[in-house]
Amino acid sequence: MRRIWKGQTLFMVWATLVAVGLAAPFVVYPVFAINVLVMALFASAFNLLLGYTGLLSFGHAAFLGSAAYATGWAAKSWGLGVLPSMATGVAVATVLGLVFGALALRRSGIYFAMITLGLAQVVYFLIVQMPWTGGEDGLQGIPRGKLIGIVDLGNSFAMYYFTYAVFLGAFWLIQRTIDSPFGQVARAIRENEPRAISLGYDVQRYKLLAFVLSASLAGLAGSLKAIALQFATLGDVAWQRSGEVVLMTLLGGMGTVLGPSIGALLVVTMEQYLASLGSWVTVITGGVFVVMVMAFRKGVVGEILALLRRTR
Amino acid sequence: MIQALSGQLLLGLINGSFYALLSLGLAIIFGLLDVVNFAHGAQYMMGAFLAWMGLQYLGIGYWWALLLVPLAVGGTGLIVERVFLRRLQGLDPLYGLLLTFGLALVIEGAFHHAYGNSGSPYPVPESLRGGFDLGFMYLPKYRAWVVLVSLAVSLGSWFVIEKTRLGSYLRAGTENPKLLQAFGVNVPIMFMLTYGFGVALAAFAGVMAAPIYQVTPMMGSSLIMVVFAVVVIGGMGSILGSIVTGIGVGLVEGLTKFIWPQAASVVVFVLMALVLLVRPAGLFGRQK
Repeated sequence: MRRIWKGQTLFMVWATLVAVGLAAPFVVYPVFAINVLVMALFASAFNLLLGYTGLLSFGHAAFLGSAAYATGWAAKSWGLGVLPSMATGVAVATVLGLVFGALALRRSGIYFAMITLGLAQVVYFLIVQMPWTGGEDGLQGIPRGKLIGIVDLGNSFAMYYFTYAVFLGAFWLIQRTIDSPFGQVARAIRENEPRAISLGYDVQRYKLLAFVLSASLAGLAGSLKAIALQFATLGDVAWQRSGEVVLMTLLGGMGTVLGPSIGALLVVTMEQYLASLGSWVTVITGGVFVVMVMAFRKGVVGEILALLRRTR
Repeated sequence: MIQALSGQLLLGLINGSFYALLSLGLAIIFGLLDVVNFAHGAQYMMGAFLAWMGLQYLGIGYWWALLLVPLAVGGTGLIVERVFLRRLQGLDPLYGLLLTFGLALVIEGAFHHAYGNSGSPYPVPESLRGGFDLGFMYLPKYRAWVVLVSLAVSLGSWFVIEKTRLGSYLRAGTENPKLLQAFGVNVPIMFMLTYGFGVALAAFAGVMAAPIYQVTPMMGSSLIMVVFAVVVIGGMGSILGSIVTGIGVGLVEGLTKFIWPQAASVVVFVLMALVLLVRPAGLFGRQK
């Protein structure tokens, strides 16, 4: 019975995603929709770590941002195609994830968050100081190019559907990872690490793998962002971005499959419509953090799921 | 040459004094409440800003500010503990981190809205103007004052915590709050006062910093990340450890500014990475 229910939910999740995703560019600006998708992917990648392994990274912007810069540089200066450029970005984020993970996982809990934050600051300062990144202006004029030499991504609809396809692929991968034996072990670590150790699992290796996977996928989001928006900026490596992805995940519901995407939709929409308010956006963002932590720790999706479970 | 080096080292010593004060507050709060106070930088900024506002609008001078501002900001800390942090006790410590992060955004956003990005200068109090000529360098009086007072306050806190009856309650609370309560100590009030004290310490550092750095809404957020790295390097296990690490890190930073200025902004974090490789628990920490 439970199995069937789970299958139905899964089907509903996918049906909703596909329907909403296909219709989106006709309803809202394609660039806005792209932004939502990129952030949804970023938050889902982050959730793999926080929601399913129980590791709070406060430096995920480093993966998003460095991949954006690397992709932009590969496309602009090396003249690589869309896919090879993005692969470059993902590769950079993966290597960075390996370094961050190997260092930060030497400590646990709250220290882990502080270490990832510190390491991300190193990446930020490096990007500020390196001559090719354009400093405060960022990397401008990244060409969108043609996908496998055929599809012209200059068209914003084409760009949207390409982004959407990548998002779906990555989302599927994340969901498969969560449901795999690996995902089970990750959750076991989140729930009770000493027990996972006593059962004979090499917890450090599982954590590192989850961290690197999360970093690569965050990098994928950054690569997409660079190609779609045609620039990479310091904002993508700054600590505020790392805080934003925590907020999206918390708001949507950590440890839920769809939560981070909903959270991303809410946060990007909020930032879009409140942009004219200037610093108040920061105040509101902080306020949302406080409200979520105090009253709705399960997040939007988590609360809905809990409600469903109660009424059933 | 020697003048430039000693100049940078002095600057490092001053930065280090602030690192020490702030990481001390973080360590005290973390030790008892199990909360990493992300708002520490914002509270430091509030200290500097309230001092500036007091002078600007009410004519309250530096000396009164040094006394009143920590009390006022510490008071807001009491409220934060009572209203928010107390309700998060027993949950995963990451919620405390997220809550204080949110509070930091609210505080910084509000000040940013009111005062914008630009910095406001705060005059050095009259009696501390001028300086001493040491032969190889010039030492401004105010800077010497900052280093001495920070050291005195840090060591005073260490003395209270390690050597007095009040401190023994605090240490007992760190080990086992339930047992302490069973002995008749009002632990919830102690938690509240401890958080308030840590916050007041941050505000005190802010008032001290006002005449040295520009008073801006974002002055705390860049600092807090360095202080976090200091905390990782030192480990939050020992009070004396955080003081020594804070000053040491400041000096290393100053030295780097002299040798290789471009690396000065990252050297603290690189140091953190190195310490993690060699001694994961931190220089003075115990691995739990």
